[in-house]
Amino acid sequence: MTSPLLTLSGVGKVFANGVEALSGIDLTVNRGEFLALLGASGCGKSTLLRLIAGLAEPTSGTVRWADAQHERSGRLGFVFQDPTLMPWASVADNVYLPLRLAGMSREDAKPRIEEALAAVDLGEFAGAMPRELSGGMRMRVSIARAVVTRPEILLLDEPFAALDEPTRFKLNEDLLHLWRRHKLTVIFVTHSVFESVFLAERVIVMKRRPGRIATEIAVPLPAERAAGLRMSAEFGALCRTVSERLALATEAAAA
Amino acid sequence: MNEKAPLGRLPRLLAPLVFGLLFLAVWEALVRVYAVPVYILPGPLLIARTLWTDGASLLGALWVTLRIAFAALAAAIVLGLGLAILMSRSRWIEASLLPYAVILQVTPIVAIAPLIIIWADDIFLSLLICAWLVAFFPIVSNTTLGLHSADRGLDDLFRLYKATPGQTLRYLQLPTSLPYFLAGLRISGGLALIGAVVAEFVAGTGGSETGLAFRILEAGYRLQIPRMFAALVLLALAGIVIYVALDRLSHLVLRRWHESALPKDR
Repeated sequence: MTSPLLTLSGVGKVFANGVEALSGIDLTVNRGEFLALLGASGCGKSTLLRLIAGLAEPTSGTVRWADAQHERSGRLGFVFQDPTLMPWASVADNVYLPLRLAGMSREDAKPRIEEALAAVDLGEFAGAMPRELSGGMRMRVSIARAVVTRPEILLLDEPFAALDEPTRFKLNEDLLHLWRRHKLTVIFVTHSVFESVFLAERVIVMKRRPGRIATEIAVPLPAERAAGLRMSAEFGALCRTVSERLALATEAAAA
Repeated sequence: MNEKAPLGRLPRLLAPLVFGLLFLAVWEALVRVYAVPVYILPGPLLIARTLWTDGASLLGALWVTLRIAFAALAAAIVLGLGLAILMSRSRWIEASLLPYAVILQVTPIVAIAPLIIIWADDIFLSLLICAWLVAFFPIVSNTTLGLHSADRGLDDLFRLYKATPGQTLRYLQLPTSLPYFLAGLRISGGLALIGAVVAEFVAGTGGSETGLAFRILEAGYRLQIPRMFAALVLLALAGIVIYVALDRLSHLVLRRWHESALPKDR
């Protein structure tokens, strides 16, 4: 059933200032799975995501894609911690950017842009400027921009950390919907136990100094997840388990 | 009580107007009461009358000066943008060229103007070069700063989508640097005028096509002090018009997105 899309073996990263951010990361990401990278700040989760995206190179080990030629560009969407929109461009132009960089004309891109904006409920805001939108809406634009290239894999770096809770919950549900509908592979970086359990099929707990994988926990919840799930006993129990593992990993690193 | 409350539109226009009129009235009164000779300090009314009678000839001279200033500003925009873009392409080029741009900027124009006037055959060209030297730097330094100020996240995004250097320049760096460039342009507009006047002073050219600076010199030699003041008034007005025009331009270009041009009550 599951086939690996991406394999990391012995990946390590030492920054130019000598800080060892990651060490000995072995991880296989399967096609179509929703994976959460969970850990305290400074455990290298974002660095790991940047290595996968090709925004940084590992100092040791390898990042290998199953389909060697498909590497990154175009097949990969990235959502940053901040919406990182171009303030001078309209919502539609921001979403158009990846296609424009790939050389697609505006006419050809138009249906794709409309589709991406509709997928995040922003169809009516194509002409708006980023400053006219709320924080949650800006993040939606950022997600629309990431999916407009119809990527195979979507990487998200704590995208909802700065949003208020109702907005975050709503975006979590929307993201799950996108994932199921487009059969995406998702790697989601977060420091929230609840968010990781609600979203992911598999939670990778990381510890710091240097960043390593402490443990991984499967989340045996149904793929269809609705808001009510957060109130269930099963969800609570899973959160407790993940929380304990995270605390253990953090203590172990601090000791 | 509430001294920091923002002023309305009308008071903001009226306040400087009332102050200016008051100042002129006091000036006129003092000149009359103390019977100050015209060749020391003419009153505002006499200056206004001179502006009226000599206006046509002074406006012609102003046009000569403005032509130099505008040509210098245009050259500063083209070469300043060009150099800034060139320097943003490579840190090596920037490191090699920027010190010389700084040297040009810190060398007093009055000191090198005579040399330029000797080297350049054409007087218009030599004045143009002088004014350009003064106007050039703010555009280069501001635009260079702007080109380097692209958001880190957007920079990553462009790398992620394998943008070419040309695409990154066009869609990321140039829009980012626009507010910086416009701020430099507002400074350069005024400086181009000052540069043109200073160069004319140094050149001290006579003849038919003379600028306002030469008229000021000439009036000074002949002790036509009211005419000198009238020329100064014209020069100041031209400077204000240039500044306001560039300020409006900047506002128009940035009004949809940049903090500097957005209404404050949002």
